[in-house]
Amino acid sequence: MSVEQALVGAPDGEGPKAATRHVSRSVTLTIGCVLVGVIVLVAVVSLFWLPFAPEDTSGGRLMPPGAPHLLGTDKLGRDLLTQLMIGARIALAAGAGSVVLGGAIGIVAGLAAGFATRWLDDVVSALLDILIAFPTLLLAMLVAATQAASLTSAIVAIGLAMSAIVARLTRVLVKRVLAHDFITAARTSGTSWPRVVLEHVVPNIWPTVSVNLALQFGLAVLAEASLSYLGLGAPPPNASWGRMLQEAQASVFIAPVGVIAPGVLIVVLVIGVNLVADGFRDVADPTRRRRR
Amino acid sequence: MSLLEVAGLGVRSADGRDLISDLSFTVDAGTRFGLIGESGSGKSLTALAIMGLLPPGMTASGSVTLDVPGRGRTEIVGAGERLLNRLRGRTTSVVFQEPLTALDPLMRIGHQVAEPLRRAQGLRGRALKTAVTAALEEVRLAEPDRIARAYPHEISGGQRQRVAIAMALACRPALLIADEPTTALDVTVQAEILALLDGLVSAHSMALLFIGHDLAVVSGITDHVLILKDGKAVESGAVLDVVNAPRHPYARELVGSARELDAALDRLGEGERS
Ligand SMILES: Nc1ncnc2c1ncn2[C@@H]1O[C@H](COP(=O)(O)OP(=O)(O)OP(=O)(O)O)[C@@H](O)[C@H]1O
Ligand SMILES: [Mg+2]
Repeated sequence: MSVEQALVGAPDGEGPKAATRHVSRSVTLTIGCVLVGVIVLVAVVSLFWLPFAPEDTSGGRLMPPGAPHLLGTDKLGRDLLTQLMIGARIALAAGAGSVVLGGAIGIVAGLAAGFATRWLDDVVSALLDILIAFPTLLLAMLVAATQAASLTSAIVAIGLAMSAIVARLTRVLVKRVLAHDFITAARTSGTSWPRVVLEHVVPNIWPTVSVNLALQFGLAVLAEASLSYLGLGAPPPNASWGRMLQEAQASVFIAPVGVIAPGVLIVVLVIGVNLVADGFRDVADPTRRRRR
Repeated sequence: MSLLEVAGLGVRSADGRDLISDLSFTVDAGTRFGLIGESGSGKSLTALAIMGLLPPGMTASGSVTLDVPGRGRTEIVGAGERLLNRLRGRTTSVVFQEPLTALDPLMRIGHQVAEPLRRAQGLRGRALKTAVTAALEEVRLAEPDRIARAYPHEISGGQRQRVAIAMALACRPALLIADEPTTALDVTVQAEILALLDGLVSAHSMALLFIGHDLAVVSGITDHVLILKDGKAVESGAVLDVVNAPRHPYARELVGSARELDAALDRLGEGERS
Protein backbone atom coordinates (compact mmCIF):
# COMPACT_ATOMS: atom_id res chain seq x y z
CA MET A 1 0.00 0.00 0.00
CA SER A 2 1.45 3.37 -0.96
CA VAL A 3 1.69 6.25 1.51
CA GLU A 4 -0.95 8.11 -0.45
CA GLN A 5 -3.47 5.30 -0.01
CA ALA A 6 -2.54 4.69 3.59
CA LEU A 7 -3.32 8.31 4.39
CA VAL A 8 -6.60 8.30 2.54
CA GLY A 9 -7.76 5.04 4.06
CA ALA A 10 -10.29 2.59 2.80
CA PRO A 11 -13.56 3.88 1.37
CA ASP A 12 -16.82 3.40 3.19
CA GLY A 13 -18.49 0.02 3.36
CA GLU A 14 -20.83 -0.87 0.58
CA GLY A 15 -24.54 -1.10 -0.05
CA PRO A 16 -27.53 -1.38 2.24
CA LYS A 17 -25.54 -2.65 5.23
CA ALA A 18 -23.57 0.58 5.38
CA ALA A 19 -26.77 2.57 5.03
CA THR A 20 -28.51 0.87 7.96
CA ARG A 21 -25.43 1.37 10.11
CA HIS A 22 -25.62 5.09 9.41
CA VAL A 23 -29.30 5.21 10.23
CA SER A 24 -28.79 3.57 13.62
CA ARG A 25 -25.75 5.75 14.28
CA SER A 26 -27.68 8.91 13.79
CA VAL A 27 -29.43 9.64 17.07
CA THR A 28 -31.54 12.50 15.76
CA LEU A 29 -32.81 10.35 12.96
CA THR A 30 -33.75 7.58 15.40
CA ILE A 31 -35.66 9.88 17.75
CA GLY A 32 -37.33 11.57 14.80
CA CYS A 33 -38.39 8.24 13.34
CA VAL A 34 -39.87 7.16 16.68
CA LEU A 35 -41.90 10.37 17.03
CA VAL A 36 -43.17 10.28 13.45
CA GLY A 37 -43.65 6.52 13.70
CA VAL A 38 -45.97 6.87 16.70
CA ILE A 39 -48.20 9.32 14.83
CA VAL A 40 -48.18 7.14 11.71
CA LEU A 41 -49.07 4.09 13.80
CA VAL A 42 -51.97 5.95 15.42
CA ALA A 43 -53.21 7.06 12.01
CA VAL A 44 -53.01 3.53 10.61
CA VAL A 45 -54.80 2.04 13.63
CA SER A 46 -57.54 4.69 13.28
CA LEU A 47 -58.35 3.26 9.86
CA PHE A 48 -59.31 -0.11 11.41
CA TRP A 49 -60.23 0.60 14.98
CA LEU A 50 -61.47 3.55 17.01
CA PRO A 51 -62.37 3.52 20.74
CA PHE A 52 -65.76 5.07 19.92
CA ALA A 53 -67.67 5.98 16.79
CA PRO A 54 -66.68 9.52 15.72
CA GLU A 55 -70.30 10.73 15.98
CA ASP A 56 -71.03 9.04 19.32
CA THR A 57 -72.01 11.78 21.76
CA SER A 58 -73.45 9.45 24.42
CA GLY A 59 -70.58 10.01 26.87
CA GLY A 60 -71.75 13.42 28.11
CA ARG A 61 -70.11 16.79 27.54
CA LEU A 62 -66.65 17.80 28.68
CA MET A 63 -66.06 14.68 30.75
CA PRO A 64 -62.67 14.55 32.47
CA PRO A 65 -60.20 11.80 31.55
CA GLY A 66 -61.09 8.37 32.94
CA ALA A 67 -62.92 5.19 32.00
CA PRO A 68 -64.43 4.65 29.47
CA HIS A 69 -63.26 7.90 27.84
CA LEU A 70 -59.50 7.75 28.40
CA LEU A 71 -58.92 11.41 27.56
CA GLY A 72 -62.42 12.63 28.31
CA THR A 73 -64.93 14.11 25.89
CA ASP A 74 -65.30 17.40 24.01
CA LYS A 75 -68.03 20.01 24.32
CA LEU A 76 -70.37 17.94 22.16
CA GLY A 77 -69.71 14.76 24.12
CA ARG A 78 -67.48 13.08 21.51
CA ASP A 79 -64.60 10.89 22.67
CA LEU A 80 -61.39 12.96 22.60
CA LEU A 81 -59.05 10.04 21.89
CA THR A 82 -61.16 9.07 18.87
CA GLN A 83 -61.00 12.62 17.56
CA LEU A 84 -57.24 12.80 18.06
CA MET A 85 -56.70 9.52 16.18
CA ILE A 86 -58.69 10.79 13.22
CA GLY A 87 -56.73 14.02 13.45
CA ALA A 88 -53.46 12.13 13.03
CA ARG A 89 -54.78 10.81 9.73
CA ILE A 90 -55.69 14.29 8.55
CA ALA A 91 -52.42 15.87 9.65
CA LEU A 92 -50.38 13.24 7.80
CA ALA A 93 -52.57 13.46 4.71
CA ALA A 94 -52.18 17.24 4.69
CA GLY A 95 -48.40 17.01 5.06
CA ALA A 96 -47.93 14.26 2.50
CA GLY A 97 -50.41 15.73 0.02
CA SER A 98 -48.84 19.18 0.09
CA VAL A 99 -45.31 17.81 -0.17
CA VAL A 100 -46.20 15.62 -3.16
CA LEU A 101 -48.01 18.47 -4.92
CA GLY A 102 -45.57 21.23 -3.96
CA GLY A 103 -42.53 19.03 -4.53
CA ALA A 104 -43.62 17.87 -7.97
CA ILE A 105 -44.51 21.34 -9.25
CA GLY A 106 -41.59 22.99 -7.50
CA ILE A 107 -38.87 20.60 -8.67
CA VAL A 108 -40.03 20.61 -12.29
CA ALA A 109 -40.35 24.42 -12.35
CA GLY A 110 -37.01 24.83 -10.59
CA LEU A 111 -35.22 22.51 -13.03
CA ALA A 112 -36.73 24.39 -15.95
CA ALA A 113 -35.71 27.76 -14.51
CA GLY A 114 -32.23 26.48 -13.68
CA PHE A 115 -31.66 25.53 -17.29
CA ALA A 116 -33.51 28.45 -18.81
CA THR A 117 -31.80 31.19 -20.76
CA ARG A 118 -31.42 34.58 -19.18
CA TRP A 119 -34.69 36.35 -19.85
CA LEU A 120 -36.87 33.31 -19.23
CA ASP A 121 -35.01 32.72 -15.98
CA ASP A 122 -35.62 36.35 -14.97
CA VAL A 123 -39.34 36.01 -15.66
CA VAL A 124 -39.63 32.77 -13.68
CA SER A 125 -37.64 34.22 -10.76
CA ALA A 126 -39.87 37.27 -10.60
CA LEU A 127 -42.98 35.06 -10.67
CA LEU A 128 -41.59 32.93 -7.85
CA ASP A 129 -40.81 35.98 -5.72
CA ILE A 130 -44.39 37.20 -6.11
CA LEU A 131 -45.76 33.76 -5.23
CA ILE A 132 -43.53 33.49 -2.19
CA ALA A 133 -44.50 36.97 -0.99
CA PHE A 134 -48.15 35.90 -1.19
CA PRO A 135 -49.31 34.67 2.24
CA THR A 136 -50.30 31.00 2.32
CA LEU A 137 -53.43 31.81 4.30
CA LEU A 138 -54.61 34.35 1.73
CA LEU A 139 -53.97 31.82 -1.02
CA ALA A 140 -55.95 29.26 0.98
CA MET A 141 -58.87 31.65 1.37
CA LEU A 142 -58.86 32.24 -2.38
CA VAL A 143 -58.81 28.52 -3.08
CA ALA A 144 -61.52 28.01 -0.47
CA ALA A 145 -63.58 30.77 -2.10
CA THR A 146 -63.60 29.02 -5.46
CA GLN A 147 -64.45 25.61 -3.99
CA ALA A 148 -65.84 24.75 -0.57
CA ALA A 149 -63.28 24.60 2.23
CA SER A 150 -62.04 21.04 2.53
CA LEU A 151 -58.93 19.04 3.20
CA THR A 152 -58.26 19.04 -0.54
CA SER A 153 -58.55 22.82 -0.84
CA ALA A 154 -56.16 23.20 2.10
CA ILE A 155 -53.67 20.80 0.48
CA VAL A 156 -53.89 22.62 -2.86
CA ALA A 157 -53.28 25.98 -1.21
CA ILE A 158 -50.39 24.77 0.95
CA GLY A 159 -48.90 22.78 -1.93
CA LEU A 160 -48.99 25.77 -4.29
CA ALA A 161 -47.34 28.04 -1.75
CA MET A 162 -44.74 25.36 -1.09
CA SER A 163 -44.03 24.78 -4.78
CA ALA A 164 -42.72 28.34 -5.15
CA ILE A 165 -40.27 27.84 -2.28
CA VAL A 166 -39.13 24.46 -3.59
CA ALA A 167 -38.78 25.87 -7.12
CA ARG A 168 -36.60 28.73 -5.94
CA LEU A 169 -34.33 26.37 -4.00
CA THR A 170 -34.13 23.90 -6.89
CA ARG A 171 -33.26 26.66 -9.34
CA VAL A 172 -30.34 27.90 -7.24
CA LEU A 173 -29.06 24.35 -6.67
CA VAL A 174 -29.27 23.52 -10.38
CA LYS A 175 -27.32 26.65 -11.29
CA ARG A 176 -24.66 25.74 -8.77
CA VAL A 177 -24.31 22.15 -9.97
CA LEU A 178 -24.17 23.27 -13.60
CA ALA A 179 -21.15 25.44 -12.84
CA HIS A 180 -19.09 22.41 -11.87
CA ASP A 181 -16.46 20.94 -14.15
CA PHE A 182 -17.95 17.45 -13.93
CA ILE A 183 -20.98 18.67 -15.87
CA THR A 184 -18.70 20.05 -18.58
CA ALA A 185 -16.65 16.86 -18.36
CA ALA A 186 -19.76 14.75 -18.87
CA ARG A 187 -20.69 16.89 -21.84
CA THR A 188 -17.18 16.74 -23.34
CA SER A 189 -17.56 12.99 -23.41
CA GLY A 190 -20.81 13.39 -25.33
CA THR A 191 -23.46 12.88 -22.64
CA SER A 192 -26.77 14.34 -23.80
CA TRP A 193 -28.61 16.95 -21.71
CA PRO A 194 -31.43 14.65 -20.51
CA ARG A 195 -28.82 12.17 -19.31
CA VAL A 196 -26.80 14.89 -17.60
CA VAL A 197 -29.96 15.94 -15.75
CA LEU A 198 -30.88 12.41 -14.66
CA GLU A 199 -27.39 11.17 -13.83
CA HIS A 200 -25.69 14.24 -12.40
CA VAL A 201 -28.03 17.17 -11.73
CA VAL A 202 -30.90 15.41 -9.97
CA PRO A 203 -28.71 13.21 -7.71
CA ASN A 204 -26.65 16.25 -6.71
CA ILE A 205 -29.59 18.47 -5.80
CA TRP A 206 -31.63 15.65 -4.23
CA PRO A 207 -29.98 15.52 -0.77
CA THR A 208 -30.70 19.21 -0.20
CA VAL A 209 -34.11 19.19 -1.86
CA SER A 210 -35.31 16.11 0.02
CA VAL A 211 -34.24 17.52 3.37
CA ASN A 212 -36.07 20.71 2.49
CA LEU A 213 -39.17 18.72 1.52
CA ALA A 214 -39.08 16.99 4.90
CA LEU A 215 -38.94 20.37 6.62
CA GLN A 216 -41.77 21.57 4.39
CA PHE A 217 -43.80 18.57 5.56
CA GLY A 218 -43.60 19.92 9.10
CA LEU A 219 -44.56 23.40 7.96
CA ALA A 220 -47.48 21.96 5.98
CA VAL A 221 -48.79 20.20 9.10
CA LEU A 222 -48.66 23.53 10.94
CA ALA A 223 -50.29 25.34 8.03
CA GLU A 224 -53.12 22.84 7.87
CA ALA A 225 -53.70 23.20 11.61
CA SER A 226 -53.83 26.98 11.19
CA LEU A 227 -56.24 26.77 8.26
CA SER A 228 -58.52 24.40 10.19
CA TYR A 229 -58.31 26.67 13.20
CA LEU A 230 -59.66 29.42 10.94
CA GLY A 231 -62.32 27.12 9.53
CA LEU A 232 -60.60 26.81 6.14
CA GLY A 233 -59.62 23.16 6.48
CA ALA A 234 -61.41 19.85 6.63
CA PRO A 235 -65.06 20.47 7.60
CA PRO A 236 -66.76 18.56 10.48
CA PRO A 237 -67.06 15.73 11.30
CA ASN A 238 -63.43 15.30 10.24
CA ALA A 239 -61.45 16.17 13.33
CA SER A 240 -58.38 18.19 12.44
CA TRP A 241 -56.06 18.99 15.34
CA GLY A 242 -56.28 22.66 14.42
CA ARG A 243 -60.05 22.72 14.62
CA MET A 244 -60.02 20.71 17.85
CA LEU A 245 -57.81 23.41 19.37
CA GLN A 246 -60.19 26.10 18.22
CA GLU A 247 -63.27 24.29 19.52
CA ALA A 248 -61.69 23.49 22.87
CA GLN A 249 -60.21 26.87 23.64
CA ALA A 250 -63.42 28.30 25.12
CA SER A 251 -63.44 25.57 27.75
CA VAL A 252 -59.69 25.49 28.39
CA PHE A 253 -60.12 25.99 32.16
CA ILE A 254 -62.78 23.34 32.56
CA ALA A 255 -61.27 20.73 30.24
CA PRO A 256 -57.59 21.58 29.59
CA VAL A 257 -56.87 18.18 28.01
CA GLY A 258 -58.94 19.19 25.00
CA VAL A 259 -56.42 21.94 24.23
CA ILE A 260 -53.25 20.29 25.47
CA ALA A 261 -53.63 16.96 23.65
CA PRO A 262 -53.95 18.24 20.05
CA GLY A 263 -51.30 20.87 20.76
CA VAL A 264 -48.84 18.26 22.00
CA LEU A 265 -49.51 16.02 19.01
CA ILE A 266 -48.86 18.85 16.54
CA VAL A 267 -45.57 19.60 18.30
CA VAL A 268 -44.57 15.91 18.38
CA LEU A 269 -45.20 15.47 14.65
CA VAL A 270 -43.47 18.70 13.62
CA ILE A 271 -40.42 18.11 15.80
CA GLY A 272 -40.28 14.47 14.71
CA VAL A 273 -40.32 15.46 11.04
CA ASN A 274 -37.61 18.05 11.62
CA LEU A 275 -35.38 15.53 13.39
CA VAL A 276 -35.88 13.06 10.57
CA ALA A 277 -34.97 15.77 8.04
CA ASP A 278 -31.84 16.62 9.98
CA GLY A 279 -30.69 13.02 10.37
CA PHE A 280 -31.59 12.22 6.78
CA ARG A 281 -29.18 14.89 5.53
CA ASP A 282 -26.23 12.78 6.66
CA VAL A 283 -27.58 9.57 5.21
CA ALA A 284 -28.49 11.08 1.84
CA ASP A 285 -25.12 12.70 1.20
CA PRO A 286 -22.07 10.39 1.05
CA THR A 287 -19.67 13.32 1.34
CA ARG A 288 -21.02 14.02 4.83
CA ARG A 289 -21.03 10.46 6.12
CA ARG A 290 -17.40 10.31 7.12
CA ARG A 291 -17.42 13.49 9.13
CA ARG A 292 -19.21 12.13 12.16
CA MET B 1 -3.55 17.57 -43.00
CA SER B 2 -4.29 19.05 -39.62
CA LEU B 3 -6.38 17.33 -37.00
CA LEU B 4 -7.45 20.62 -35.45
CA GLU B 5 -7.46 23.89 -37.26
CA VAL B 6 -8.37 27.07 -35.41
CA ALA B 7 -8.63 30.04 -37.73
CA GLY B 8 -9.51 33.57 -36.67
CA LEU B 9 -11.34 32.32 -33.57
CA GLY B 10 -13.06 35.01 -31.56
CA VAL B 11 -15.13 34.65 -28.39
CA ARG B 12 -17.40 37.42 -27.22
CA SER B 13 -19.05 37.53 -23.81
CA ALA B 14 -22.77 38.08 -23.26
CA ASP B 15 -22.11 41.77 -22.50
CA GLY B 16 -20.12 42.28 -25.68
CA ARG B 17 -16.50 42.09 -24.46
CA ASP B 18 -14.01 40.37 -26.73
CA LEU B 19 -12.50 37.65 -24.56
CA ILE B 20 -10.56 36.03 -27.39
CA SER B 21 -9.79 37.66 -30.70
CA ASP B 22 -8.36 36.42 -33.96
CA LEU B 23 -6.71 33.30 -32.63
CA SER B 24 -5.22 30.88 -35.15
CA PHE B 25 -3.23 27.69 -34.76
CA THR B 26 -3.20 24.12 -35.99
CA VAL B 27 -2.54 20.82 -34.28
CA ASP B 28 -1.50 17.90 -36.48
CA ALA B 29 -2.44 14.32 -35.68
CA GLY B 30 -0.13 12.80 -33.09
CA THR B 31 1.63 16.09 -32.21
CA ARG B 32 1.63 18.10 -28.99
CA PHE B 33 0.67 21.75 -28.90
CA GLY B 34 1.01 24.03 -25.89
CA LEU B 35 -1.14 27.03 -25.00
CA ILE B 36 0.52 29.33 -22.47
CA GLY B 37 -0.86 32.42 -20.81
CA GLU B 38 -1.48 34.08 -17.49
CA SER B 39 -4.68 33.64 -15.52
CA GLY B 40 -7.65 35.12 -17.36
CA SER B 41 -5.93 35.18 -20.74
CA GLY B 42 -8.60 32.96 -22.27
CA LYS B 43 -6.95 29.52 -22.28
CA SER B 44 -9.92 27.62 -20.85
CA LEU B 45 -12.34 29.48 -23.10
CA THR B 46 -10.28 28.42 -26.11
CA ALA B 47 -10.56 24.80 -24.97
CA LEU B 48 -14.33 25.15 -24.47
CA ALA B 49 -14.74 26.82 -27.87
CA ILE B 50 -12.95 23.87 -29.48
CA MET B 51 -15.45 21.52 -27.80
CA GLY B 52 -18.38 23.76 -28.73
CA LEU B 53 -19.11 24.11 -25.02
CA LEU B 54 -18.89 27.85 -24.39
CA PRO B 55 -20.91 29.06 -21.38
CA PRO B 56 -24.44 30.24 -22.25
CA GLY B 57 -24.52 33.73 -23.72
CA MET B 58 -21.01 33.61 -25.16
CA THR B 59 -20.65 33.57 -28.91
CA ALA B 60 -17.82 32.27 -31.03
CA SER B 61 -16.78 33.57 -34.44
CA GLY B 62 -14.21 32.45 -36.93
CA SER B 63 -13.62 28.77 -37.53
CA VAL B 64 -12.65 25.64 -35.62
CA THR B 65 -12.41 22.54 -37.78
CA LEU B 66 -11.73 19.01 -36.66
CA ASP B 67 -10.54 16.54 -39.25
CA VAL B 68 -10.51 13.04 -37.86
CA PRO B 69 -9.58 10.25 -40.28
CA GLY B 70 -12.69 8.20 -41.03
CA ARG B 71 -15.04 10.86 -39.68
CA GLY B 72 -14.45 13.65 -42.13
CA ARG B 73 -14.05 17.34 -41.60
CA THR B 74 -16.37 19.14 -39.18
CA GLU B 75 -16.83 22.81 -38.48
CA ILE B 76 -17.42 23.32 -34.74
CA VAL B 77 -18.35 27.01 -34.65
CA GLY B 78 -22.10 27.21 -35.18
CA ALA B 79 -22.58 23.43 -35.30
CA GLY B 80 -25.74 21.91 -33.80
CA GLU B 81 -25.88 20.14 -30.46
CA ARG B 82 -26.58 16.70 -31.98
CA LEU B 83 -23.62 16.80 -34.31
CA LEU B 84 -21.34 18.04 -31.52
CA ASN B 85 -22.53 15.35 -29.12
CA ARG B 86 -21.63 12.66 -31.61
CA LEU B 87 -18.21 14.21 -32.02
CA ARG B 88 -17.38 14.85 -28.38
CA GLY B 89 -15.54 12.21 -26.46
CA ARG B 90 -14.62 10.21 -29.53
CA THR B 91 -12.65 12.91 -31.26
CA THR B 92 -11.76 15.26 -28.43
CA SER B 93 -11.77 14.93 -24.66
CA VAL B 94 -10.73 17.19 -21.79
CA VAL B 95 -8.88 16.87 -18.49
CA PHE B 96 -9.68 19.80 -16.22
CA GLN B 97 -7.75 21.95 -13.82
CA GLU B 98 -9.61 21.21 -10.58
CA PRO B 99 -9.66 17.48 -9.93
CA LEU B 100 -12.25 17.79 -7.15
CA THR B 101 -14.97 19.47 -9.17
CA ALA B 102 -14.15 17.45 -12.29
CA LEU B 103 -15.71 14.37 -10.71
CA ASP B 104 -19.31 14.03 -9.57
CA PRO B 105 -19.10 13.99 -5.74
CA LEU B 106 -22.11 11.70 -5.39
CA MET B 107 -21.13 9.00 -7.85
CA ARG B 108 -18.72 6.18 -7.17
CA ILE B 109 -15.55 6.38 -9.26
CA GLY B 110 -16.26 3.10 -11.02
CA HIS B 111 -19.65 4.33 -12.17
CA GLN B 112 -18.19 7.56 -13.52
CA VAL B 113 -15.47 5.80 -15.47
CA ALA B 114 -17.99 3.26 -16.77
CA GLU B 115 -20.22 5.96 -18.28
CA PRO B 116 -18.01 6.99 -21.25
CA LEU B 117 -16.86 3.37 -21.75
CA ARG B 118 -20.44 2.22 -21.99
CA ARG B 119 -21.39 4.95 -24.41
CA ALA B 120 -18.34 4.88 -26.65
CA GLN B 121 -17.59 1.18 -26.72
CA GLY B 122 -21.04 -0.22 -26.03
CA LEU B 123 -19.79 -2.40 -23.18
CA ARG B 124 -22.20 -3.92 -20.63
CA GLY B 125 -22.08 -6.04 -17.49
CA ARG B 126 -18.95 -8.06 -16.81
CA ALA B 127 -17.08 -6.73 -19.82
CA LEU B 128 -17.78 -3.19 -18.64
CA LYS B 129 -16.47 -3.97 -15.17
CA THR B 130 -13.28 -5.42 -16.59
CA ALA B 131 -12.85 -2.39 -18.83
CA VAL B 132 -13.24 -0.04 -15.83
CA THR B 133 -10.54 -1.92 -13.93
CA ALA B 134 -8.30 -1.86 -16.99
CA ALA B 135 -8.88 1.88 -17.47
CA LEU B 136 -7.91 2.55 -13.84
CA GLU B 137 -4.86 0.33 -14.14
CA GLU B 138 -3.81 2.14 -17.28
CA VAL B 139 -3.47 5.40 -15.33
CA ARG B 140 -1.31 3.54 -12.78
CA LEU B 141 -3.80 3.46 -9.95
CA ALA B 142 -2.86 0.72 -7.52
CA GLU B 143 -5.88 -1.19 -6.13
CA PRO B 144 -8.21 -0.23 -8.99
CA ASP B 145 -11.10 -2.19 -7.44
CA ARG B 146 -10.94 -0.26 -4.19
CA ILE B 147 -10.76 3.05 -6.07
CA ALA B 148 -13.71 2.03 -8.25
CA ARG B 149 -15.88 1.62 -5.13
CA ALA B 150 -14.75 4.93 -3.58
CA TYR B 151 -16.41 8.34 -3.82
CA PRO B 152 -14.24 11.22 -5.11
CA HIS B 153 -13.77 12.73 -1.62
CA GLU B 154 -12.33 9.44 -0.42
CA ILE B 155 -9.27 9.53 -2.69
CA SER B 156 -6.39 12.01 -2.99
CA GLY B 157 -6.09 14.87 -5.46
CA GLY B 158 -3.48 13.05 -7.52
CA GLN B 159 -5.64 9.93 -7.64
CA ARG B 160 -8.62 12.03 -8.70
CA GLN B 161 -6.66 13.55 -11.55
CA ARG B 162 -5.65 10.05 -12.66
CA VAL B 163 -9.33 9.07 -12.65
CA ALA B 164 -10.16 12.17 -14.71
CA ILE B 165 -7.48 11.16 -17.22
CA ALA B 166 -8.88 7.63 -17.36
CA MET B 167 -12.32 9.07 -18.13
CA ALA B 168 -10.94 11.37 -20.83
CA LEU B 169 -9.09 8.48 -22.44
CA ALA B 170 -12.04 6.08 -22.23
CA CYS B 171 -13.35 7.06 -25.65
CA ARG B 172 -9.88 6.93 -27.24
CA PRO B 173 -10.04 10.51 -28.55
CA ALA B 174 -7.85 11.63 -31.43
CA LEU B 175 -7.18 14.88 -29.55
CA LEU B 176 -6.77 15.17 -25.79
CA ILE B 177 -7.12 18.63 -24.29
CA ALA B 178 -5.45 19.00 -20.89
CA ASP B 179 -6.44 22.27 -19.22
CA GLU B 180 -3.82 22.90 -16.53
CA PRO B 181 -4.15 19.31 -15.31
CA THR B 182 -1.40 19.69 -12.72
CA THR B 183 -1.83 23.24 -11.43
CA ALA B 184 -3.84 22.19 -8.37
CA LEU B 185 -1.40 19.43 -7.40
CA ASP B 186 1.83 19.59 -5.45
CA VAL B 187 5.11 19.39 -7.28
CA THR B 188 5.98 15.71 -6.89
CA VAL B 189 2.48 14.58 -7.88
CA GLN B 190 2.62 17.10 -10.73
CA ALA B 191 5.70 15.40 -12.19
CA GLU B 192 4.05 11.98 -11.93
CA ILE B 193 0.90 13.13 -13.69
CA LEU B 194 2.89 14.84 -16.45
CA ALA B 195 4.92 11.67 -17.01
CA LEU B 196 1.70 9.65 -17.09
CA LEU B 197 0.07 11.96 -19.65
CA ASP B 198 3.24 11.95 -21.72
CA GLY B 199 3.34 8.15 -21.80
CA LEU B 200 -0.36 7.69 -22.53
CA VAL B 201 -0.44 10.24 -25.33
CA SER B 202 2.49 8.48 -26.99
CA ALA B 203 1.10 5.00 -26.39
CA HIS B 204 -2.21 5.84 -28.08
CA SER B 205 -0.62 8.20 -30.63
CA MET B 206 -3.08 10.92 -29.68
CA ALA B 207 -2.60 14.59 -30.34
CA LEU B 208 -2.32 16.71 -27.20
CA LEU B 209 -3.38 20.29 -26.61
CA PHE B 210 -1.73 21.16 -23.32
CA ILE B 211 -2.77 24.32 -21.50
CA GLY B 212 -0.68 25.90 -18.75
CA HIS B 213 0.74 29.11 -17.38
CA ASP B 214 4.22 27.79 -16.69
CA LEU B 215 6.53 27.88 -19.69
CA ALA B 216 8.89 25.32 -18.16
CA VAL B 217 6.09 22.78 -17.67
CA VAL B 218 4.43 23.34 -21.05
CA SER B 219 7.65 23.37 -23.06
CA GLY B 220 8.66 20.12 -21.40
CA ILE B 221 5.74 18.17 -22.81
CA THR B 222 4.91 19.92 -26.13
CA ASP B 223 6.73 20.64 -29.38
CA HIS B 224 4.85 23.77 -30.50
CA VAL B 225 3.58 26.55 -28.27
CA LEU B 226 1.38 29.60 -28.54
CA ILE B 227 1.59 32.39 -25.99
CA LEU B 228 -1.73 34.04 -25.21
CA LYS B 229 -2.18 37.42 -23.55
CA ASP B 230 -5.58 39.08 -23.01
CA GLY B 231 -7.17 36.77 -25.54
CA LYS B 232 -4.64 37.47 -28.29
CA ALA B 233 -1.75 35.38 -29.57
CA VAL B 234 1.48 37.26 -28.96
CA GLU B 235 3.92 34.59 -30.09
CA SER B 236 3.86 31.11 -31.51
CA GLY B 237 6.21 28.59 -32.98
CA ALA B 238 8.37 25.60 -32.21
CA VAL B 239 9.26 25.36 -28.52
CA LEU B 240 12.99 25.73 -29.14
CA ASP B 241 12.55 28.83 -31.31
CA VAL B 242 10.30 30.52 -28.77
CA VAL B 243 12.58 29.71 -25.85
CA ASN B 244 15.78 30.68 -27.65
CA ALA B 245 14.56 33.78 -29.45
CA PRO B 246 11.37 35.21 -27.93
CA ARG B 247 10.24 38.25 -29.91
CA HIS B 248 7.30 39.69 -28.04
CA PRO B 249 8.10 41.45 -24.72
CA TYR B 250 5.66 39.25 -22.81
CA ALA B 251 7.22 36.11 -24.27
CA ARG B 252 10.66 37.43 -23.29
CA GLU B 253 9.37 38.03 -19.78
CA LEU B 254 8.08 34.44 -19.55
CA VAL B 255 11.31 32.98 -20.87
CA GLY B 256 13.33 35.27 -18.61
CA SER B 257 11.53 34.23 -15.44
CA ALA B 258 11.77 30.56 -16.40
CA ARG B 259 15.51 30.96 -16.92
CA GLU B 260 15.93 32.81 -13.64
CA LEU B 261 14.20 29.99 -11.81
CA ASP B 262 16.43 27.48 -13.58
CA ALA B 263 19.54 29.44 -12.68
CA ALA B 264 18.43 29.78 -9.06
CA LEU B 265 17.86 26.03 -8.86
CA ASP B 266 21.28 25.39 -10.40
CA ARG B 267 22.94 27.66 -7.84
CA LEU B 268 21.10 25.86 -5.06
CA GLY B 269 22.23 22.53 -6.46
CA GLU B 270 25.87 23.67 -6.63
CA GLY B 271 25.65 25.08 -3.10
CA GLU B 272 24.50 21.73 -1.82
CA ARG B 273 27.26 19.88 -3.63
CA SER B 274 30.13 22.09 -2.51
N1 LIG C 1 -18.70 32.05 -17.67
C1 LIG C 1 -18.08 33.22 -17.91
N2 LIG C 1 -18.82 34.36 -18.00
C2 LIG C 1 -18.20 35.56 -18.24
N3 LIG C 1 -16.89 35.71 -18.40
C3 LIG C 1 -16.11 34.62 -18.32
C4 LIG C 1 -16.66 33.32 -18.06
N4 LIG C 1 -15.65 32.43 -18.03
C5 LIG C 1 -14.52 33.15 -18.24
N5 LIG C 1 -14.79 34.46 -18.41
C6 LIG C 1 -13.81 35.52 -18.69
O1 LIG C 1 -13.05 35.15 -19.81
C7 LIG C 1 -11.69 35.48 -19.63
C8 LIG C 1 -10.82 34.26 -19.91
O2 LIG C 1 -11.16 33.22 -18.98
P1 LIG C 1 -10.48 31.79 -18.98
O3 LIG C 1 -11.22 30.96 -18.02
O4 LIG C 1 -10.37 31.31 -20.39
O5 LIG C 1 -9.02 32.13 -18.43
P2 LIG C 1 -7.80 31.13 -18.25
O6 LIG C 1 -6.74 31.61 -19.18
O7 LIG C 1 -8.24 29.74 -18.38
O8 LIG C 1 -7.34 31.46 -16.76
P3 LIG C 1 -6.84 30.46 -15.60
O9 LIG C 1 -5.40 30.23 -15.83
O10 LIG C 1 -7.07 31.25 -14.36
O11 LIG C 1 -7.66 29.22 -15.66
C9 LIG C 1 -11.55 36.01 -18.22
O12 LIG C 1 -11.39 37.40 -18.29
C10 LIG C 1 -12.84 35.66 -17.55
O13 LIG C 1 -13.21 36.69 -16.68
MG1 LIG D 1 -8.44 28.07 -17.01
